[in-house]
Amino acid sequence: MMKRKILTVLVAATLFSGAGIAAAQTAAAGKASDDVVKIGVLSDMSGVYADYGGPGAVTAAKMAIEDFGGKMFGKAIEIVSADHQNKADVAKNVTQQWFDRDKVDATFENLNSAVALAVQGLGKEKNKITVITGAASSRITNEDCSPNTGIHYLMDTIALGNVVGKAIVKDGGDSWFFLTADYAFGHSLEKDTGEVVKAAGGKVLGAVRHPLSTSDFSSFLLQAQASKAKIVGLANAGGDTVNSIKAASEFGLTKNQNLAALLMLITDVHAVGLNTAQGLYLTEGWYWDMNPETRAWAKRYEERMKKKPNSNHAAVYSSVLHYLNAVKAAGTDDTAAVLKKMKETPINDMFAKGGKIREDGRMVHDMYLFQVKKPAESKAPWDYYTLKGTVKGEDAFLPLAQSRCPALKK
Amino acid sequence: MSNRSKVLYIVLLLGALAAPFIGYPIFLMKVLCFALFACAFNLLIGFTGLLSFGHAMFFGGAAYLCAYAAKTWGFTPELAVLFGTVGAAILGYFVGWLAVRRQGIYFAMVSLALSQMIYFICVQAPFTGAEDGLQNVPRGKLFGLFSLADDTTMYYFVLAVFIFGFWLIYRTIHSPFGQVLKSIRENEPRALSLGYDVDKYKLVAFVISAGLAGMAGALKSLSLGLATLTDVSWQMSGEVVLMTLLGGMGTILGPVLGATSIIAMQNYLSSFGSWVTIIMGATFVVCVLAFRRGIVGEIAHRLKK
Repeated sequence: MMKRKILTVLVAATLFSGAGIAAAQTAAAGKASDDVVKIGVLSDMSGVYADYGGPGAVTAAKMAIEDFGGKMFGKAIEIVSADHQNKADVAKNVTQQWFDRDKVDATFENLNSAVALAVQGLGKEKNKITVITGAASSRITNEDCSPNTGIHYLMDTIALGNVVGKAIVKDGGDSWFFLTADYAFGHSLEKDTGEVVKAAGGKVLGAVRHPLSTSDFSSFLLQAQASKAKIVGLANAGGDTVNSIKAASEFGLTKNQNLAALLMLITDVHAVGLNTAQGLYLTEGWYWDMNPETRAWAKRYEERMKKKPNSNHAAVYSSVLHYLNAVKAAGTDDTAAVLKKMKETPINDMFAKGGKIREDGRMVHDMYLFQVKKPAESKAPWDYYTLKGTVKGEDAFLPLAQSRCPALKK
Repeated sequence: MSNRSKVLYIVLLLGALAAPFIGYPIFLMKVLCFALFACAFNLLIGFTGLLSFGHAMFFGGAAYLCAYAAKTWGFTPELAVLFGTVGAAILGYFVGWLAVRRQGIYFAMVSLALSQMIYFICVQAPFTGAEDGLQNVPRGKLFGLFSLADDTTMYYFVLAVFIFGFWLIYRTIHSPFGQVLKSIRENEPRALSLGYDVDKYKLVAFVISAGLAGMAGALKSLSLGLATLTDVSWQMSGEVVLMTLLGGMGTILGPVLGATSIIAMQNYLSSFGSWVTIIMGATFVVCVLAFRRGIVGEIAHRLKK
């Protein structure tokens, strides 16, 4: 009986503290007035993509605010963040509350393409700026584009295929075999990359489809091995990519063939380990060890997060800073005026040189092809990549003329 | 209905009518949708004793159907919701026809397996938008007349549908048919020996539950404007079990309270980042240890004593 009482008290305490926090949040929101610049960072804080964006993205955004000076028009810049748990409906609910009640002016990060599309749709409806860095769907600036509110800051699937395809063929990898996740995303990645490879003078020897979230890649890898292609392209994402890389290493496939991951970041390489990932080709929009500027920023980030940033974290930093500069230049946080400034001003910081936000919301910047180092070549922790090629922004992203964005068609 | 519960229902109704002036309409709509979903699920587990582990297929399937009908064919909201509901009920008929022949863990596994099939169809089918989901679903005009674009108006539409669904479940439970269901839950061989065609009763209960779960899913896709893979994933089937158990299985209001607490936790704690899932898990553990009948179940039990 005693035990039960204690437990009941515990539950009550938990519930009450939850209610108290919720009340405190609403109270804090009530004080904010329109002249305060307030940004939101929405990401996956605890799930499969937490390393990819997550708390690191919030830290990057805070660093941007600090570097800006912390104040706008004499008032402190505010930041809120939330975990969307990879659920589009949670994302939509939270973001709408930010826009309607908490007076948030712009949201950043928004990884996971379902979340990104939901948030951008909401931004369009409520006329608020939404900057997407982590999600890669090309729908964001094509079919579901929002030229007056939405910005897609980092890579998209078209650019990924473009860079990997072009740069690897140039580097000598001219025969390809695809290992494709059997759903729309995998199919389109395979098709787009295959076309790029052929256009660059390479050959596609074949492809094999594996079910989403599979754990046994053996039969698929044997087919890839039998194809004798120089490059095995991984047209999949997340856990599937990691699992296929691990399995390929166990099967000894990487001795004679090279893997090319279409969607992978340095944090994934770190998780897999150099032993397994060595020789892998991948593309990112940024790497911490590229020049003194990137190294300096990565060092500051590492002091806070105890690990190196990936290109997504750098993109969040850059996009927040660019936004704040645009607000300052425009002298207002009005959406149209700020977005105009953001598009007018080229982006020159540690993330991108000469980056430009296009009419359709696509931020065009250089993309890089990297190869993962062998364990012997790596001199320090996180010393993972060798730069294999740079693809200019104009060549990496879909040209504006081919955009499928309905709002741009006159 | 006793006087006391009459008063309770009236207070709740008044509260629900006043809610959008105090709370946040989008959040409230989501709560109502999940509450209806949990009530529909409770009809099976709480009153018929069938643990379905695949209810996400009805919820998510109807969400997709409704979103597609509203977005591509331009259905009015009431027709789109009806379309989703009927679709889920038909699906429920076929799934139920296969699943009710088995009991306990086998029933749960059959429903889970079929639900995963629906999930993979949603991943593959061209009309669902795969991992991006169906986005920007228009709310449209009710009966072609009233625009539901305003959140408060939409809330009252959702509330009306919810009350209809809740009433239907209430009537089902308190009808002679509901009595037979309860007897099946208590002792299936005895119900069979009394001459009831047990499988047929179970199937009808399954179809009603599936249809109402579908109605909840359809409403959710309209009010939030999206249908995604989250709605059909097995985690969603798990979440509804959690909601029902937390609130009180086999009580009428339990699932409503359970759904409210889970959705509130998901939304209001989202700024805590990775702590959300831990807090939810801890709450569930505490609930199972401290009040095994669920929140409402425990209160009702205390009141009776």
